[in-house]
Amino acid sequence: MNASVSWLSAFVDAGKSANELRDLLTAHTATVEEVVTLRADLAPIVVARVVEEAAHPDSDHLHVTKVDMGTGELLDVVCGAPNVAAGKLYPFAPTGTLLPNGIRIEKRKIRGQTSNGMLCSARELGLGDEHDGIMELDVDVAPGTHFLDAVPIGDKRLVIDVLPNRPDLLSHLGVAREVAAITGVALTLPDIGVSDIVVPEARRFRRAGNAGGIVMHLEDTRLASRYMGVVIRGVSVGPSPQWLVDRLAAIGARAINNVVDASNYVLHELGQPTHAFDLNKVDPLPKMPERTIVIRSAKDGESILTLDGVTRTLTSDVTVIADSMHPIAIAGVMGGRETEVDAATTDIFVEVANFDPSRTRRTRRAVGLSTDASYRFERGVDIALAPRALERVAALILSLAGGEITSPPVDLYAGDLPHTAIVLRVERVARVIGIPIEGERIAALLRSIGCMADVDDRGAAVHVVPPSWRRDLRIDADLIEDIARLHGYDALPDEIRPYRPGTSSDAPLWTLAARLRDALSAAGLFEARPTPFVAGDASHVRVLNPLAESEGHLRQTLLETLATRAEYNLSHMQRNVRLYEVGAAFAPGADALPDETMRVALLVMGDRDPAHFTNAKPSQFDEWDAKGLAEVVVRAVGVEQWSLERSHEGGDLLWTIVVDGAARGHVSRVRLDAPVWASPAFGVEFVLRAVSNGDVAPPGEHAHDEPVPPPPRTPEKYRPLPTTPASEFDLALLLPAGVSAAEVERVIRMAAGELLERLAAFDVYEGVGVDAGHRSVAWRLTLRHPERTLRDKEIEGRRAKILSALTSELNVRQRST
Amino acid sequence: MLSDTPTLEEYLAYAADLTARGAAAFTAAADEDALETARIQFLGDKRGELLLLQRALGALPADSRRDAGRAFNDAKTRLTTTHDERQLTVRHATTRAPHLDLTMPARHRWQGAKHPVTVVIDEIVGIFRELGFTVALGPESESEWYNFGALNFPPDHPALDMHDTLYLGEGALLRTHTSPVQVRTLQRYAPPIRILAPGTAFRRDPFDASHAPAFAQIEGLAVDEGISFVDLKATLTHFAQRFFGKTRTRFRPSHFPFTEPSAEMDVECRLCGGAGCSACKGTGWMEILGSGLVHPSVLEAAGVDSERYTGWAFGMGPARIAMLRYDLPDIRLLYDSDMRFLQQVAE
Repeated sequence: MNASVSWLSAFVDAGKSANELRDLLTAHTATVEEVVTLRADLAPIVVARVVEEAAHPDSDHLHVTKVDMGTGELLDVVCGAPNVAAGKLYPFAPTGTLLPNGIRIEKRKIRGQTSNGMLCSARELGLGDEHDGIMELDVDVAPGTHFLDAVPIGDKRLVIDVLPNRPDLLSHLGVAREVAAITGVALTLPDIGVSDIVVPEARRFRRAGNAGGIVMHLEDTRLASRYMGVVIRGVSVGPSPQWLVDRLAAIGARAINNVVDASNYVLHELGQPTHAFDLNKVDPLPKMPERTIVIRSAKDGESILTLDGVTRTLTSDVTVIADSMHPIAIAGVMGGRETEVDAATTDIFVEVANFDPSRTRRTRRAVGLSTDASYRFERGVDIALAPRALERVAALILSLAGGEITSPPVDLYAGDLPHTAIVLRVERVARVIGIPIEGERIAALLRSIGCMADVDDRGAAVHVVPPSWRRDLRIDADLIEDIARLHGYDALPDEIRPYRPGTSSDAPLWTLAARLRDALSAAGLFEARPTPFVAGDASHVRVLNPLAESEGHLRQTLLETLATRAEYNLSHMQRNVRLYEVGAAFAPGADALPDETMRVALLVMGDRDPAHFTNAKPSQFDEWDAKGLAEVVVRAVGVEQWSLERSHEGGDLLWTIVVDGAARGHVSRVRLDAPVWASPAFGVEFVLRAVSNGDVAPPGEHAHDEPVPPPPRTPEKYRPLPTTPASEFDLALLLPAGVSAAEVERVIRMAAGELLERLAAFDVYEGVGVDAGHRSVAWRLTLRHPERTLRDKEIEGRRAKILSALTSELNVRQRST
Repeated sequence: MLSDTPTLEEYLAYAADLTARGAAAFTAAADEDALETARIQFLGDKRGELLLLQRALGALPADSRRDAGRAFNDAKTRLTTTHDERQLTVRHATTRAPHLDLTMPARHRWQGAKHPVTVVIDEIVGIFRELGFTVALGPESESEWYNFGALNFPPDHPALDMHDTLYLGEGALLRTHTSPVQVRTLQRYAPPIRILAPGTAFRRDPFDASHAPAFAQIEGLAVDEGISFVDLKATLTHFAQRFFGKTRTRFRPSHFPFTEPSAEMDVECRLCGGAGCSACKGTGWMEILGSGLVHPSVLEAAGVDSERYTGWAFGMGPARIAMLRYDLPDIRLLYDSDMRFLQQVAE
């Protein structure tokens, strides 16, 4: 909403500057996003005093002056105006100024005398036609003051962010009401010279009525809850007076002609859209004695040429104003070209309607056109405003364009709904706002915004009937908001009051995600937060209305989007990628809602370590790094029983992460659209848990009585540290083809029994000295007895037992040295 | 040299002489090679002088062996100790050889980091945690009821439009805010409730410098008997001053379907400090969050008695705060996962 400060002042003369109004409205009503200085082209002009004045030596009409523009030095200025006089103040354009008429003021010599700037006339400043002389200023300001600050010329525009619950603020009347409520200054309708004009009172009908030569017919009250019209005959269409042109310009609208401008003026003054039709073009060939105007749904395929020159084909979603033949306006959006008021128009039909908000939204969408009118109808126009607006617009047209009203206006309206008072408990107000406010103060605040408010006998409750323009005030909470904002949010104390702890503890997934982020950041990876959209295919969850087909589905796995991010890095010549994410993935579900899971995933490629002169060619991330990171993940998650099962499928899958017998994730090679210089990429993905998107409880109910399981906790328990020495020995073993390290380890563990403290493979060798098809793998075993030192004989016995078990079970023998 | 049949006196004198010579030789050794030569001479396994001294023990009369043995042990200890000490010194000297250029760079491991948005969220959570808040989470795929209906959005509210919200099916969508977690939490847990709900929300906004179709949001909710607008204002003001440092705050009337009264909180513009600049359109303020008292119909939708309980809620965008904090010109930097960017802003 654009509001002109001078227009607001015509409603409520609160004596506030634009910035003061901005701060008051922002603090109490709606945010003023910006204060726009109009006539910014006059910003360089300053007020200057002519200190000395003398006739130009070489001219009979020029004057040579010394001018004080507040800089401390006097400027030589040559001036041709007859009225220049020493001691007086004038608008002054210093050198460098670009005047509104396009002339740039430069330092120059005029008949031998230097002139540093120009004293200006009203016309030179674009302030009228006056050019008999320079503009003498009768103001009490110091030289150097900006002209716009000294003279009430530059109106300012408040750009107000009006939220959907306050359509009443979409007019100067509405904003002025708030200013009046906040400042306590009385509100009056601006004097636009129509106080003597009498507009006959409207006659009310339910669905149809004759407005004097035209029959109005409202086909369905769901399209418009009120439809008023008046015929004015004998108007002369012409340009609007300057005050009206200025008013419209101040809010960014362009003047067109006196009839259209009157309609536009009333829209911005009162918030009521109105529309004038050229009566003689409505139903030019009436079948009945009277012309007809109908408010109805459009028929599919009907079309209309609107005022913006576009022919629009309509659907039944659209409400139209039609004559007996075809649509002549799109209701609440825009009029038609065929019935446009132009210079030849003499008789007009003025419509003042209240179109249904959601129907207007559908209409606006169907035709793809938003206007000042549709914007207001969609948000809701005060139902009681139509008669006032009709009187205002009719009077203004009569005053500007002449003509006469020969037949009373018609008001198609079912009548006001009965008011029911909202009972507002004073105690409740205190409880919600947090400070006690007396009943009388509550009533006064609410009255200031137009409510009827009566405090009951005991002072415990206020009975409130909101005004017709505040349909958003329905329950006590709505009223409490207005009380709080009018009292002032900033006037409330900032004291933190005692509170009770909540009944919920941290979501286990949150704690888990934090642990994973710490572990993976410590492992040298960076957290990514990509969006979950992928091109995808039928196996993915589809977005019904995606922004682009390339983002038409939701990822099923996090690695899908991490792979894209790796490719992004490769495309920016970044070959070292180490990314992880904790996020959601989606799979098609049993109904419209997908199955959502929370996961962790990571992707690594490139150098395992940062380049260093001791390691000129760092090794690259490989399967073993990925496996290790998978173990970092599983340990951070803290599951009890897990294993990494090697994949037998071949392909990119390396290991499956199995938890409690079920596959929960995997380690794999990641195929990328990668340049030749890129290293192989490896990924890990692990499902943390399913996220329920089902109902916690049916609407209106809760599930407070259902027990909430406490988050699982499995702290490591202390085991006594060893006090006895350990014994170590190595086994270099020959593994025939097909025997895995895991099998060997299993046999070793079985045979070694409880004494085996640690088992670690430390070398793998294939080649000279090892039979073809065999691998030599060396393990180091650490044995320890918890209570005593192991004897050599015991260790030797264990070693023999292990070797014998390996030979018999796996045909694995010791490698001969 | 010692005779084949030395007397005890001869043995003791020789042991002392050997000890003195050996210690002197070790101490004189300038490098590891010299020390090794001396070691072989005195402590060698095959012909070391100490070995000869040990063998000579057997040639002594039986009654002299005890004193001689002690002298031998002293000599052995003294020589071994002197050698080992010298070895440490010599080895240290060798490793500090002049060819080591200590101006060369250090060796590092890769450093990782949390995402800047996570860092911001963690910091916000940390401040509210001191005031008794815990973290709650909810699904990103939501039903229309939790996302809109339960939050008091009228059925014809523009937000429900296909133009603004990403739908997955009939009544199923990607949540447009984290506020559904309010309803889920209120249904699940009895008051008092004090939770923060960080998470991802979605809008049908194409990527541009300041919009993303998926973005981080953090929600706060406090519900109990006697919770008021003063609690809201005081808590959020406290938060702002903890998070941004000393700053003025202001609360402006606003409108959200699920709060009444509603308010937006501003802090002094981070760029101009409140003086007014182009970033804040001359107001000196910067919007940080939206908030309000929970609308009674939201409490009722979650089965909570709105007469007995009141509450407040807020929502804010950690990505926007991250943009302010790291001076980011484009929000896409937060989603591209460019390694160079993530390294740059790692904390």
